[in-house]
Amino acid sequence: MVPLSWYIVLSAIVFSIGVFGFLARRNLIIVFMSLELMLNSVNISLAAFSHYLQSMRGQILVFFIITVAAAEAAIGLAILIAFYRNNPTIKVDEINLLKG
Amino acid sequence: MLKYTLIPLLPLLSFIINILFGRNFIKDKAHWIAVPAVAGSFILAVSAFMDVTAGNVVNINIYDWIVSGDFHVSIGFLIDQLTSIMLIVVTSISTLIFIYSIGYMHGDGGYYRFFAYLSLFVFSMLMLVMANNFLLLYFGWEAVGLCSYFLIGFWFHKKSAADAGKKAFIVNRFGDFGFGLGVILIFLTYGSIDYVQVFSNAGSVVGQTINILGTDYDLITVICLLLFCGAVGKSAQLPLHVWLPDAMEGPTPVSALIHAATMVTAGVFMVARCNPLFNLSHTAMNTVAIVGGLTAIFAATIGLVQNDIKRVIAYSTVSQLGYMFLALGVGAYSAGIFHLYTHAYFKALLFLGSGSVIHALHDEQNMQKMGGLKKYMPITYAVFIIATLSITGIPGLAGFFSKDEILYRAYLGGDTGKFLWLLGTVAALLTSFYSWRLIFLTFHGKFRGTHEQEHHLHESPKVITVPLMFLAVGAIFAGYVGIPPLLMEHGDRIGEFLAPVLGHPHSEGSHAEEMMVMAGSVLVALGGWFIAYRMYIKSPELPKKVGEMFKPVYNLLFNKYYVDELYSKTLVQPVIKASDKVVLGFIDIKIIEGIVNGVPALIGAFSRKFRQVQTGHLSNYGLAMALGALAIIGYMIFMK
Repeated sequence: MVPLSWYIVLSAIVFSIGVFGFLARRNLIIVFMSLELMLNSVNISLAAFSHYLQSMRGQILVFFIITVAAAEAAIGLAILIAFYRNNPTIKVDEINLLKG
Repeated sequence: MLKYTLIPLLPLLSFIINILFGRNFIKDKAHWIAVPAVAGSFILAVSAFMDVTAGNVVNINIYDWIVSGDFHVSIGFLIDQLTSIMLIVVTSISTLIFIYSIGYMHGDGGYYRFFAYLSLFVFSMLMLVMANNFLLLYFGWEAVGLCSYFLIGFWFHKKSAADAGKKAFIVNRFGDFGFGLGVILIFLTYGSIDYVQVFSNAGSVVGQTINILGTDYDLITVICLLLFCGAVGKSAQLPLHVWLPDAMEGPTPVSALIHAATMVTAGVFMVARCNPLFNLSHTAMNTVAIVGGLTAIFAATIGLVQNDIKRVIAYSTVSQLGYMFLALGVGAYSAGIFHLYTHAYFKALLFLGSGSVIHALHDEQNMQKMGGLKKYMPITYAVFIIATLSITGIPGLAGFFSKDEILYRAYLGGDTGKFLWLLGTVAALLTSFYSWRLIFLTFHGKFRGTHEQEHHLHESPKVITVPLMFLAVGAIFAGYVGIPPLLMEHGDRIGEFLAPVLGHPHSEGSHAEEMMVMAGSVLVALGGWFIAYRMYIKSPELPKKVGEMFKPVYNLLFNKYYVDELYSKTLVQPVIKASDKVVLGFIDIKIIEGIVNGVPALIGAFSRKFRQVQTGHLSNYGLAMALGALAIIGYMIFMK
């Protein structure tokens, strides 16, 4: 039997990788993937707690997150393509239209 | 009661209708509203006069205007002997001048505006004379000043007219400031501003003093002098006379109605109305008399050499107003009001006559370019002669009776009386001279204008000449209500009529003295005519020679004693400089604009720095979010 803390640690590691990828990588696609990673790390901890507490609530939440993540990925990628058509770049440093 | 309310209400209605609908609907028919309204007022005023002669003095409150603790002001009318005479003067002359204006203002772009303002003026003037308390008097007082401003600057596209309007308004502020303080002081002293209460308690504060800047002054004297300040401004006495000659920039009917017959006499009316107060202060009375006497002679000397026909008459008005104050100051209130009443007719006539001349000459006002108009304008010439005979005090015409009464009362008037009488008599000589000079320059001799003008010379239309004839009747017969006792027993009917309000003159002289004064005034009237005749008919080159001989005096008079220049140097220029340097240069630019511009500049500078937080880099935002999340989690863990 794998103890709960392992799942939590796994979740934290995956989340940290996601945060690092989000902050450090320059490629927008990879930034997106990092985002998905963070969401899924949360899913791991939710599923683990659900099992630990013998309650279905956590797993219901997981399904919601997966749905939202799918929708977000679809919209995000669509925006990305639309953006790429105008500015042929997907480097995050070069996308700074909001610079004050 | 409705009758009395309607007297001022009709002109007010005419004003409201004309000002609201004049521009788009009424246009050239404005007089169809204004003339019936003011004529209606006249009829009601006559009826009110009848009521007063029957012994019904009315004092009614129509409406509670201000009620605040002990301070109680109502809109109310006091119609007594004094007011009823003023009502007759104001409404009768207004009616004639309104009719005259139909012809004179015909075709002017602001025709409806003219009648609207004129109606507003009549309303204000009626409120002024009918008021039964000081605040309502003050309302009327300021409202007539406002109308005067509107009408002087009626042709506002002409800079000189707009300036003259401003000058009149500003100069009047000086006087009205004192007047306002006077009203406040009356309230503080008597706890009321109602005429009846103030005047019945007038004597209760005799001997009290008021401390101003460390010195004690007699309370009543201070009140009277403050009130008189207002009169000095409104009635163009020394040293605030400068606005009246400039006010001639307005249309001639305005000069006649406002700046000769009615508004400028408001000061005289007010002092007469406050006679219970003035009677208690010897100092104030002497001030009134001396200011009046000096103004009479001062303005008359300026009138000697002016060339603008309306300015000569304007200085004549200032001078005659001085006469009225002279009379008030020696305690002969009824003589002052009597002169106000006769003066209104002959002075309105002179102005309207000069308007007729100006009209015929297409806005030429310089008498040196007139002459010989006698044969072209017989009616105007005739009424001018009547008015001049009246103003110079030729026996049998209105001016004689009132002027003689004033000089006689001055002669009897105590310590300064003889001096004042001398001033008055010399002023009468000057009056006679410049009045005849005006006639001779305008109507006699050869025409000195252009051929073009001579070709178009014509008598004015009936709508102008008929009011002139009515006024001429007034200028002849108005005086017969005040025949001196010397000529007819109980002839001084106006004096007896006014006695309940204004009291009886203090002293009576002997027949011989009265005879002497009368002879003196007739003599100077003839003397003035004779000198003018010698100088302008017999030897027309003489005036020039005399002018050359007394060059400095001539220049002094021609430039009106340099009073305008003096005020410009001592008051106007320093104020302009101060406004430029302090108000504009410091307060406005440094403080006001400093705040208005400084606040946005500060916000701008701050945001220019602060907006750099927005780098546009996704990773920076992400980092901020992550750090924020960390901070919140840290707070949750360590602080709870």
